[in-house]
Order: sequence, then C-alpha cells, then structure tokens
Amino acid sequence: MAAKALTALALLTLATPAFAEDTLNALVWCDHTDPALIAPFEKKYNVKVNLKEYEGTAAGMAILDQSQPGDWDVMVIDAVDVHRAVEAGKLAELPADKLPTADFFPELVMAANNTVGGKTYAVTEKFGYNTISYDKTKVDPKDMEDMASLTSGKYDGKIGIYDYYLPVLGLVALGQGINTADINAQTLPKLKDPLMALRKASKQVSDVVSSQTALATGDVDIIVGGGEWLTAVLAKDNPNLDWTIPKQGGLRWAQSIGVVAGTKKPDLALEFVQYIVSPEGQAALAQASCYWGMPANQKAGDLLSPEAKATLRWDKQPDYLKRAQLYPIPDAATDTAMQDMWTAMLNQ
Amino acid sequence: MSLHAAERKLGWGLLAPALLWTLAFFVLPFLAMLALSFAHMEGRAIVQGFDPGNYIRAFTDWSQLKALINSVEITVTVTVISVVLAWPLAAIIAWRVPQRFQRLALLMAVLPFWTSYVVRSYSWLLVLGKNGVINKALMGTGLISEPLALASTRTATVIGFVHFFVMLLTLTIYANLIQLSPNYARAAQDLGAGDWATFVHVILPLTLPGVITGAFVTFVLCIGDYITPQILGGNAELTLPQLIMLQMGRSGNFPMASALSVVLMAVVTLAYAACSRWLRLDRL
Repeated sequence: MAAKALTALALLTLATPAFAEDTLNALVWCDHTDPALIAPFEKKYNVKVNLKEYEGTAAGMAILDQSQPGDWDVMVIDAVDVHRAVEAGKLAELPADKLPTADFFPELVMAANNTVGGKTYAVTEKFGYNTISYDKTKVDPKDMEDMASLTSGKYDGKIGIYDYYLPVLGLVALGQGINTADINAQTLPKLKDPLMALRKASKQVSDVVSSQTALATGDVDIIVGGGEWLTAVLAKDNPNLDWTIPKQGGLRWAQSIGVVAGTKKPDLALEFVQYIVSPEGQAALAQASCYWGMPANQKAGDLLSPEAKATLRWDKQPDYLKRAQLYPIPDAATDTAMQDMWTAMLNQ
Repeated sequence: MSLHAAERKLGWGLLAPALLWTLAFFVLPFLAMLALSFAHMEGRAIVQGFDPGNYIRAFTDWSQLKALINSVEITVTVTVISVVLAWPLAAIIAWRVPQRFQRLALLMAVLPFWTSYVVRSYSWLLVLGKNGVINKALMGTGLISEPLALASTRTATVIGFVHFFVMLLTLTIYANLIQLSPNYARAAQDLGAGDWATFVHVILPLTLPGVITGAFVTFVLCIGDYITPQILGGNAELTLPQLIMLQMGRSGNFPMASALSVVLMAVVTLAYAACSRWLRLDRL
C-alpha cells in the first residue's frame, strides 16, 4: 500500500489542467498548438482551449493516470496505440454517425485501430510517411529509391537517422522484406545487423528539430525516417529538400483524436473532435507550424492552396498509400526488445 | 522556559519551512522513486515489489553501463576544462580589472546566461556544423581543406557545456578571490617564494573552496543534463539522462528509469563525498 502511494507520488510530476467552466483541456501533440488551428474553435464556442503537449504514448497515459476523471477532455494519440488507451480505460466511446469518416481517404478510416469491440473510440485526424528525406542537389535521387544504397558506402557519414525506434526499425524491416505487421520476437533479431550497418553509415541520430537543422545546413544529406513532416516546413527556404518512398516501401504514421473517458464536458469535447476532423480544422492541422501532414479528410483539399497540396504530394497519395505500411504494433515484450536494440545501436 | 530553550524553539521554528519544503519536495519524492526502482514491468503494467533486477541490469547490460561511463567521462572532462578556463578569467576580473569595472566585467561574463538554454544549444549546432562559422573560418583561412566533424559529436557536447559552466565557475572563483588579502602573497614573497611558488603553495590552496564548490555544482548540473547531449551530441553516444528519457517516452518503464535515476544520484553523492572537505556552498 505504502509502495503504491509512493509510486503514485513518484509519477506525480505531471501537470494538471486548468479548471473553468468555459475551458476545454486537451492533451495534444505540438501541431495542435498552432493558434491558426485553435483560435477559430475558441471563437466559435467562446471557450479557452488549454493545450498540454506530450510526447510518447506512455507519457500521455501517465498524465491521465495522475489526473482526476474530468481533468482532461480530449486526447491526441498515435493511431496504433488507440487500443492500448481503450484497454486502459482512457478513451470514451464516440458516436460514429457524427464523424465525417465517409469523406476520409478510405485507408485512413482505420476502423481496426480506432474501434474496439465494434465501438468507435477515436478518429484519425492526420497522417504522413516515415521514409527518406534528402537534399536532391547532394545525392542522386535515383539512389533514394532503393534502401540498399544507404548502406552501400556511397553516403557514409552523410546520413542522419530520425530518433524514434518504431518507424526506423519498421523501415529497416521493409528493407529486409519483412512487413511491419510481422515484426515480432522471431523476426526482430534479423533487423539487428542491418540496423547496426545503417548506424555505421550515419553521422547522427537526432530529434525532429536537430534532423531538420542538419538537413537544412548540409550537415547531413539524407534523413532516414523523414518525410513530408520533416521537410514541408523547410520547403520554402530550402527548395532542394525532397522526400520519397523507396521501392521497398515506407511507413505510414497516423494520429487519432478521441474524447477522454470521464470528461465532464462530453458535448464540447465532441464538438472539438468534430471541428478537428472538419474540412476547416483539417486544412489548418495539415499546415500546422510544428509539422505538416496529410489531412485524413479528403474535403480539406478544397481549402488547401495548390502550393500546399504540392508540398503534401496530394496527387500522389493513392500510390503512396498503396506502398506504405502502418507502424509496427508490437506487444509489450517485443516493444521492450525493440527499444533495447535501439539503445544498443545508439551506444554501439 | 529558559532563554536557551526559547532560542532553540525559535531556531526550529525558523528552520521548519525549509525542513518541510525539503521533506515534501526532496525526501518524499526520493523515497517514492526508490520504491519504484525496485518494481518491475509485466507487459505494460508496473508490478510493485522488491526486485533488484533494474539495478543488476544497469550494471551488467553493456549498453546501459556505457551510458553511465559516458556521462562520467563527459562530466569530468567538462568540469576540468571549465575550471582551467574559469580560474584565470576570474583572476583577471578580480585582480586586473579596475574595481569600478569589475561589476560590468562580471555582467559581461554571465551575459550568455540571459538566453534560453535550448536556444543556446541549437545555436552551437549552427556554429559547429559542416557549414557553420568555425568550419567556414578555418576553410576560408586555408587551415583545413575539408570541414571538421564537430557537430553531433562528444566534442560538441563538451563545448556546449563548457560555454555554460565557465560562467558559473567564474562567479564562484571570483567570489573566493576577492576575499583573499594581498598580504598572503606579499608574505610569501617576503619569505623568498617566487611567483610560481606563491601561486601553487599559497594562492591556489586558498581558492580551493571556491574552485571545488563551483566544480561540484558543475558536476551535478552537467551529469544530470539531458538537453545539451541530446541536441549537440547527435546521439553519437548515450548519456545517462538520455537513457532515462528513453525508458519513459513510449514504453513507460518507470521502474527502470527510477533505478537509473537513483544510480545518477549515487554518483552525485560520491562526488559530494569526494569534495566535501573543501566544499563551501555558502560561496555560491
């Protein structure tokens, strides 16, 4: 009992939201902090949306664990982790008939991920790809169509790796002909040598901003794990930056949004979710200042400029969606093994 | 009530807020972290108990142990370089700069403190990059033909740290130096000591409290820092704080993160024990 109390105290390092009648408390990723996205909702409903950024599903779940029911109203979550949140009782059921999923890219409805037991708990809001970003004036774009070229020796010391083990191990798996859904205890050991070889050819393993900085300043010419989300915000000042999905395929990332179980403002929370997946909300979210990404709702295309659509590769989505696989969804043991492999790679 | 007892009561009364603060925000959280460090994960659930497995792993799994070694190596390197650079800077300010300009000189020394730590780290990334200021200057002067690999290395991490901690150490050493009477040096020289002997046998030992105090604070802040190695080191190697963060983000292995944090605190405690003879935290 004492240990449990102490554990609870140990985890109590997390912020609690603001309390007010006219507020909505949302646990979000950084793209949702763009005023261009949030201000129209605040104005329409005359509410203040309190936003708390978090990174990593476990961190988000820990925040909810340490909060009282009703503290949080809305949560953005990695689409592949919706089941995990539902199993932990963190998300409330959504009325599927009040969500515009009929307007979505069919692949982005992601019913298998957003529904549990026939009930909808989240809705996809944004997606994109973890593939290969590069400076087309420094590398041969044809080489970028084949992952094998990354470890051929030609680009040694010119490669950066995005510092997140799930997509990068997923890409390494695709390079080995292993589908992301097939990464498990049996197949994971096959990824070790290719991962280490990629690390050996690389200059750095870095977070979003450091990866963008390195690519923009020419410190590296290639970012493995990059994509439109990495290069789009740089595109205006760095037209040489490009990205592609190699012949082995790429990873599709997707984020979902749901209403937190126990919210005391279920109607307002649902309104927020509906706003985010509306064409207006989707167009703003797609071009959010933190990172860009494709909107799940196709109707957002009517509100995006031709330039923005070109940057997002709107017209190529049918092909990209066919060639990209979802993030791996490892069980806890495989997840730990993947992280251990990543740690060993960083400290090799 | 005797005067002595009344004074003691008043003393405890005055101490009470600080003690309560320490209890609430240090002792209890530390005990909580200690308890959590002996728990373990089953799937994604934390299971309470007394399992030393996290500690065993911290010292037997090479990738985990390497993070500790990296942290200690980087911290010792940064502390030594910072002391070597800060001592003469503090001496120049204390002894060579006219007294009326000393305050201004100190202000100039700590000016970089005024910018955000994160912004400063990213700025160093731009300075040290392949096309950064340093490489461009060296290549422009013909000293090198190919850019040096400075960014995303341990060297970059050390440079970022040293830039920050030289300022801190300058303040603590300066505070020590201005309290030194010039009569110590005069007495030593009257007794026949040369400049070097006076420095080594008189001045330097007398400044040790300031040096050690600054060095200890540098050690504590440096070994627990996550930002600088994350931004400037480019994950060329992991440090202990980075490893701790890695345990939390997605997988939520708080027991392992707690165990590593306790190890980090143990290293700081050892550093304190090594420095305690000279440590004068009132010099801060």
